[in-house]
Amino acid sequence: MSHKQDSIKGTKGDVSSHDKTKSWFYSDIVKDHFFNPKNFLLNEVDESQYNGIGKVGSPACGDELRVWLKVDKETEKIQEFKWKTFGCGSAIASTSMASVMITENDGMTLTEARKLKPQLIMERLGGLPQRKFHCSVLCDKALRDAINDYYRRTEQFDKVVVEASRIIDPVSKVTDHDIEEAVLEGATTLEKVQQKTKVGTGNPSCLPAVEELIRFYKEKYFG
Amino acid sequence: MEERQVYLDNAATTSVDPRVVDVMLPYLKEEYGNPSSFHMLGKNIKDDMHDARESIAKNLNVRPDEILFTSGGTESDNLAILGYARMNQKNGKHIITSKLEHHAVLEAFMHLERKEGFDVTYIKPDKFGVISEDSVLSEIRDDTILISIMYANNEIGTIEPISKIGNSIKKYRQENKKTFPVFHTDACQATGYLDLDVEKLHVDMLTFNGSKMYGPKGVGALYLKRGIKLQPLQFGGAQERAIRPGTENVAAIIGLAKALELVQENKEKETERLLFLRDKLIDGCLNGISKTRLNGSRDKRLPNNVNISFMDIEGEALLLYLDASGIYASTGSACTSASLDPSHVILSLGLPYEVAHGSLRFTLGQSTTSDDIDYVLKTLPPLVEKLRAISPVNVDEKYYI
Repeated sequence: MSHKQDSIKGTKGDVSSHDKTKSWFYSDIVKDHFFNPKNFLLNEVDESQYNGIGKVGSPACGDELRVWLKVDKETEKIQEFKWKTFGCGSAIASTSMASVMITENDGMTLTEARKLKPQLIMERLGGLPQRKFHCSVLCDKALRDAINDYYRRTEQFDKVVVEASRIIDPVSKVTDHDIEEAVLEGATTLEKVQQKTKVGTGNPSCLPAVEELIRFYKEKYFG
Repeated sequence: MEERQVYLDNAATTSVDPRVVDVMLPYLKEEYGNPSSFHMLGKNIKDDMHDARESIAKNLNVRPDEILFTSGGTESDNLAILGYARMNQKNGKHIITSKLEHHAVLEAFMHLERKEGFDVTYIKPDKFGVISEDSVLSEIRDDTILISIMYANNEIGTIEPISKIGNSIKKYRQENKKTFPVFHTDACQATGYLDLDVEKLHVDMLTFNGSKMYGPKGVGALYLKRGIKLQPLQFGGAQERAIRPGTENVAAIIGLAKALELVQENKEKETERLLFLRDKLIDGCLNGISKTRLNGSRDKRLPNNVNISFMDIEGEALLLYLDASGIYASTGSACTSASLDPSHVILSLGLPYEVAHGSLRFTLGQSTTSDDIDYVLKTLPPLVEKLRAISPVNVDEKYYI
């Protein structure tokens, strides 16, 4: 599976061209999940019904996603995955698809769910335009946040995985997370990442580390 | 689903008026000569092009030799700004624009700032998107050579007081016995509705294009007052006084003149018709759907522009739902822009990102009917409610009350 989206099979395949030379649009599967989202919470949330709650993003950055998990304490399988999202078409569709993938076949275990990669969600959706990719990365982050929340509630602190960001450039205060975001937004060269983040502009000594991170995240997300 | 198509994206581009197509066609067929050629086929076309220039000049109340044809609004803006700044930098390197300009203006200024050592002041509009003449005047310095403020905004439809700004710049020049700063305006969104008389507007350069006024795409013009010198952006033959060389896009130029003639002729009537429909759509949204706000000024507004933020939802999602219902609009949300940043225009009003992300623009046009507006007002509320049901966000009420 490559993020470089070729045309999608389907009755009206219409995702095209990552390089913007042709118009892009969503696949039939994306549209189905967008127009008929699965597993979202329609009404006010009764949080006592759930034992793992996660959140990522904010409306200011364009997407906010919250998930509520009901985890079976015996098997540690996810029985319910409910969500609400403020976001564009692909954010809604990818969250809806993730909710299906996590709860199908009796539900994933927490260990399996933590390994759910954005690429897998994309694949099931029949692809997303490259610049929409950050949207589906969001829902796996919210999921991992909720998994951590479950482990904290059940006092299994050794299983909590903290994804803290690390400052790469003490001058500009740019973190590895900022670089990850920049790469996801399509900045795949040092120059472009610098345009987005200003990393290293006052502190060139960090640039080798920055370049290494760009390579790492490029590999991780774009293969 | 109802099989209906409602095009409400006329600020992006308009359809081409069939009368414009008719006058263009001969130049795509038998009248193919090059206006620079010294034979009958070429000379006839040169004459026709001159007639087109004259017709445009008449609508702007200027002389024909003050009109330069270009490839569109972006080129006209770039030529005016880059061309003037580069040619006249010996007089100073300070230039002024506003935060809500079109990218064709804003990016040109930013380029001069980043790469060519100019000092740029970006004027912040008031909360309705209005740039007052005082806010411009107070930024003028001894070394200010160029000011560019748009006539009407493409996203929120706010009409700027160009005549007042132009007049005060003119007075400043007279009082200080200077030939600068000169004043440029991008009038692309204004051509169909507002007065383009340059005498009244007190502008030295004015941009407009074909594709926003039922003319062809890929053609525009720049009014350049006599005596103002520009450095060309491209080099070649002597066409357009060698300021804009290249064989002329004859068919499009003929179409441009016809389109301007038609919209200017009809502007009062069309303004009155659209004002009614615009206000019906604005009131219908604000009264019929909770947590909405009108972006921009209510009264200093183009008659075809409606820009509303629907709180708690993301514009692209709403756009896609509307698209599925045959309603074509536009959003200031980041998701549809290549940069992933939301509308700089909405942000310049002092509104937060979440309001910009939820903004939707409907721009009416010649084909818009009262039935279309009814259809939008019927279709929109359940879609907004559906997306709000999915949304975890609750935007603070201070942004919509």
